[in-house]
Formats: sequence, C-alpha cells, structure tokens
Amino acid sequence: MSTVTDAPTRTRGRRPDDDRPPRRIGLSQRLGTWDVKLSPYLYISPFFVLFAITGLFPLLYTAYVSMHDWDQIMGQGEFVGLEHFRFVLGHSDFWVSLRNTISIFLLSSVPQVLVAITLAALLDSNLRARTFWRMGVLLPYVVAPVAVSLIFSNLFADRFGLVNAALGLIGVEPIRWHSDPLASHVAIATMVNFRWTGYNALIFLAAMQAIPRDLYESAWIDGAGRVRQFFSITVPMLRPTIIFVAITSTIGGLQIFDEPRLFDQYGRGGAGSQWKTLTIYLYELGWTQSNFGRASAVAWLLFLVIVAFGLVNLAVTRRIADTR
Amino acid sequence: MLIGVAGLALAGCAGGGDDDAPDGQAGGEGGGGGDQVTLTVATFNEFGYEELFEQYMTENPNITIEHTKADTADNARDALRNSLGANAGAADIEAVEVDWLVEFMQYPDKFADLSSPEVEGRWLDWKVDAATTDDGKLIGYGTDIGPEAICYRADLVEAAGFPSDREGFAEWIGDSWESYFAAGREFVAASDSAWYDSAGALWQGMTNQIEVPYETPEGEIIAATNPEVRAAYDAVLKASVEDGLSAHLGQWSTDWAQSFQGDEFATMLCPGWMLGIIEGNAAGIEGWDIANVFPGGGGNWGGSYLTVPAQGDHVEEAIALAQWLTAPEQQIQAFLAKGTFPSQPAAYEDPALVDSTNAFFNDAPTGQIFIDRANAVEFQPYKGPNYFVINTAIQDAITRVDVDGSADAESSWAQFVSDVEAIG
Repeated sequence: MSTVTDAPTRTRGRRPDDDRPPRRIGLSQRLGTWDVKLSPYLYISPFFVLFAITGLFPLLYTAYVSMHDWDQIMGQGEFVGLEHFRFVLGHSDFWVSLRNTISIFLLSSVPQVLVAITLAALLDSNLRARTFWRMGVLLPYVVAPVAVSLIFSNLFADRFGLVNAALGLIGVEPIRWHSDPLASHVAIATMVNFRWTGYNALIFLAAMQAIPRDLYESAWIDGAGRVRQFFSITVPMLRPTIIFVAITSTIGGLQIFDEPRLFDQYGRGGAGSQWKTLTIYLYELGWTQSNFGRASAVAWLLFLVIVAFGLVNLAVTRRIADTR
Repeated sequence: MLIGVAGLALAGCAGGGDDDAPDGQAGGEGGGGGDQVTLTVATFNEFGYEELFEQYMTENPNITIEHTKADTADNARDALRNSLGANAGAADIEAVEVDWLVEFMQYPDKFADLSSPEVEGRWLDWKVDAATTDDGKLIGYGTDIGPEAICYRADLVEAAGFPSDREGFAEWIGDSWESYFAAGREFVAASDSAWYDSAGALWQGMTNQIEVPYETPEGEIIAATNPEVRAAYDAVLKASVEDGLSAHLGQWSTDWAQSFQGDEFATMLCPGWMLGIIEGNAAGIEGWDIANVFPGGGGNWGGSYLTVPAQGDHVEEAIALAQWLTAPEQQIQAFLAKGTFPSQPAAYEDPALVDSTNAFFNDAPTGQIFIDRANAVEFQPYKGPNYFVINTAIQDAITRVDVDGSADAESSWAQFVSDVEAIG
C-alpha cells in the first residue's frame, strides 16, 4: 500500500532515475487509484443523474408543494405547514381509498403469482409448438390497458353485462359490480390479472429454465412425482424470482390507476367511493378540485405506504435468505 | 401528414364550390397576412364543425386547422386546466362547457378578450352574460345551448293506454314537475317500463331551474343549506325510489347506453344535443318522439363556448376563426350535422332551422320545438367557481340512492354535506 513498496514496482523496467522526484510517481499512482475507485461510479452516474432530475427532485418538490396552498392554475400560495396532511389524514376518503387500494392489490397480486407459477410450470413441460404457447400468454400484456378496461367494463356491466348474463344461466343472482365495493374490487383485479399474469409467468419460466435439470433427474430416480418435484425443487429454487415479482407487483399494485379510472363512465371511483384508489383520490384533489397542495400530500402518503410495504418485503426477503 | 392536409384541402374545394358567398365575407377578414398559419382547435363530444373547418380552410388558404377532439367534456376540462397551469400546450381555440366556464372565469388573464362590436347582440342575453366578467371582458363566444324538451317512447305510452301523439302527450304530462311525476305514477302502474332513465338526469333538469343553487355571487357556498336544493333532492329521490319511476340507470354508463335497446323507460329529459345520442344508442328501435313541453317551464342543460387562451401564438387569427364559427349561419350548419342548437337568436328566423325535422323522432319539427323551448328559458342559474365540484358531489349522492341502492336519501345527503365541507 505504501509508496515504499509500490514505487519500485511502478518503475520496474525503466532505467533507474534517482533524480526523478517521487511526487510525480505519486500523482500518476493517485490518478490510477482514482480511476479504479471512481470510474465505476462515473459509469453508473447517468442513471443517478437522471434519477435525481426525474425522481428525487420531483419527490422533494412535491413535499415542498404539499406544505403550501397551491392552485393548479394560479400556482404557489401561502405556506401552511402540515395542514394538508392533517386534512387528508382526517378525511374518510383517504382511508377508504387506502382500503380499496390494498384490497385490490391483494386480490390481484396473490392469485396472480400463484397462477403465474402454475402456468410457467405447465409451459416448462414438453409441449408441442412451445413458442406459440409461450408467446400466447404474453398476448394480453400487449393489449393497451385502456382497451382492456373498455372490454371488461362491458363484461362487468351491472344489468346487461356478459358476466351477469352467464351467472344468470346457472341461477346466480346478478352481482352489483358497480355498487358493491368487494365485487368492484374483484372486477378490477380481474383486469389487472388478465394483463399481468402472462407477463409474470414468463419471468417465472425463465427462472425455471435456469434450474439444473439433473436435480429433476435425481428426484425422478428417487421416485418423486411431478407434483412433489414442483413443490420440493421448483418452488424453492424460484424464491429470489418470487420475491422480485412480489416487489414489482407491490409497487405497481399500489399505484393502480388506469383500470379503476376506466371502470365506469365518470372515472371517479364510484358514487360511494367503492373503488376509489389512492391515485384516483390524488387525481380528484389535484385535477377536479384544483388543490395541488392536498394532492401532493396524498402523493407523499402514498410514497410512504409503498416504502412501508417495501420494508415488509425486505424483511420477508431477509428471513427467507436466513432459512436457506 | 402533408398528403393528408392536401387531401383535406382538395375535398374542401370540391365541397365548397356550391356553398354560398356570404360565409366567405365573415371569414375572409381577420385571417389577414400572407403567412401560413396553423390553428389548433380543441373540442369534445360533437360540435358538428368538421365540414365547417374544411370550408374555412378553402376560403382562407393561409390557414390550416388542426382539430383535437376529447372523448368527454371532463377530459377536455382536465386537459385545459393542465395547459393553463403550465402556461403552455393549450390549443388556439379551446371549447369550454358551461358547467365549468365559471371556474375558468376566475383566471381572465389566461384568456384573450373576445369582445368586439361585430359580435354585439349575436347571442341570447343570458348566454353572453355568463361569459362576461364584471369589468366587461368577454371570455368565450357562445356555440350551442341545450334547451330541454321531453323525448318519449310513443309506442310504450300507447301500449299503456295514454295519449301518445305529441300534443296529447304534452297535455297529459303538464308543465310542472308534480304533473310530470303524477303522469309517471299512472304510467308505471300500467306498464312494465320505468318512467324515466335516471334520477341523475332529472337532477340536471331540476337544478338548472334554481336561480342560485350552490353558491351566491358573493362567493358563499350555500349548497348544503339551500332549501330549494334540498326540496328538489327530496322530490327527485321520492319519485325515483319510493314511486319507482326511475329505471335506476347511471347516466352515460354502459348499462344506460345498452338500455336504449330495450323497453326500460318511456321518457327522457331531452336537450337538443341529446337527440343524436338517443338516435345512436337506440338505433333500430322505433317509437321515439319528442314533445314540445318541459316540466317547470323552460330549462337549459349544457351548451358550450369557444375560448381563445392568451398563451397562443396566433390569438388574432384564432379570434377570427372563433367569430366565424359562432356566426348564426355556421351554427345552423352544425345543428343540421349534429343537433347542437344555436345560441344565436338570428338563427331562429332562418328557415333552415325553423323547418328542420327529425326522421328518427317520427318526423317531429325539432327546429320549431327547440326554438320554442329556447324562448321558454328565462334565466341561467348562477354557477360559481365550485359549481362543477359541488354538482358532482350531489350527483354522486343521488347515484348512491338511485343506482347503487347503497344509501338512503338521508344518509347520502349527510355524505354530500361533508363532501361540500371538504371543498377548500
């Protein structure tokens, strides 16, 4: 490390030159050290510079806005401190939207991950026209969410919808998709699942193909059936991927907007806030009521909720890593 | 893109040949200059301007018009708010709906002053007054208005044993809300169909007859304490739920649009622009007619303005185009194309409007009917800056009771009161 040991190595191969001041060697050496130490940061810096501009700055600016009266058109007003947070937290709409958001998130993410793994396992087996089937599950992902919402809002129409018509055939009472909160959450979660299950299945499929095949061969010799193999080999080997999918679908799920917004003709989350999510509440405050201060407060609270869920995910990740 | 524009211009030439010259005079001026100018026009729903744009471009070769059409008025409102907030991105001409005109009147500096001697006396007084600020600045040129009549299914009314011809029907339902509801009670007792489509739709008719519904001109919010609002709210919900007159459909919902294909309800409040919507939804259904009557006298529902945001690069040219589009001759063309009823009294003497009939509505003389309905409108309710938000909240309250059935009138009103309190 010290110059005493390094200097000779650096000058090896050159003719000895006692006149040369050691300082110059030190400089080039220092530059070299900087190169090694700093370059990696320089190479990844474009991401962080971009993040600072498009992520960090808006985040902090939103916090600034949330502490002022802020009209959408007239801009900044008086400083009000945490008044907007106090209002939002004290208003039932916030808690109802939080409930709806979490409910829709659970109804979409949990079945989605389970079905996606099963689907991936089926796609991983010996199928004819394998690529066709694999591409097939991705098809819903290609369809624009707006189009999906339009189709599903017709399917889930309360009185003349296809789903209720089909339920009527088997003698089930029509479900009030646009009145009952839980029913509306199921309908919206169905749209989300339709779109994302295939996508997640392909991620799982990629991870499954990385599992060494000899594990299955040994299991086969030991007499393990397909189901046993799935639960004792495939699922444990997929853990990191499951965590990845869980985290991405948490972030996406908590920010859900398109599907609930297009679920009825008004896009306000129902007359009784049945399917008003946090993002819709935010939009309503900011764009219908022109109150950017309150909307920013909701944006920050949503951010904190996502961070909280992220920390829970992290804790779960750690625990799984420990048990391995 | 270039080819498309050239194609439009050619099509305009072909169609413009037999158009009369007087239109050219109105448009020729003000377009001015020899430079090529592109004007953007943002509208929503149906304004019926497509052919007029081509005509204007033919007559003013230096003007190219680009038309953006939003699917709903709400989306157009959000987009305009965004552009004004960012001080960029607005179209040269922005269409504004009367229900949210007032909130934009709060920001007169964001819009060009459109007042000009040339357009003096062009519109109905109340139409102009609503777009004029206290110090005399005109924010928007009136396009259409929504005088209301009653559209009805003559076949269902006849089957239930009531007079179904236009005059007999109008006499039967009378000209007050009480008589309209009374006729409805007789009807539902004799028919499987409901009397009207949606309590929310009726609310639009009733609230537009309250002179000062939600906010006073001084800026005080009185929606939750105004006895007139409460009385109308109770009346419409009693008729809808207790008397079972409503088909319990949320207006504009998928169910609502589909219900036109069945025999769900017999009558509808019917502003001029609704004719096209009924005809579209009820395609293939026969029996629709329209009666020259409206409960509570006259009523206006909707109607729009053309504004010119001050941020645009071609304010002068945009004003010239807006002036031309809202001239009576052009607005009659729009009416014939899409049923948007002119807000310009001069148009009411034009045979093209007076003699117009509508084949879908049993050849009813719709031109004359809506002229009568427009003349019956005495005032326009005062709409303050929070009108849109408050009206949305009370519409939600009515929907909870009428469509969702998730609350009774009393608890839903309580929720409305708390929603109004949260405005700030």
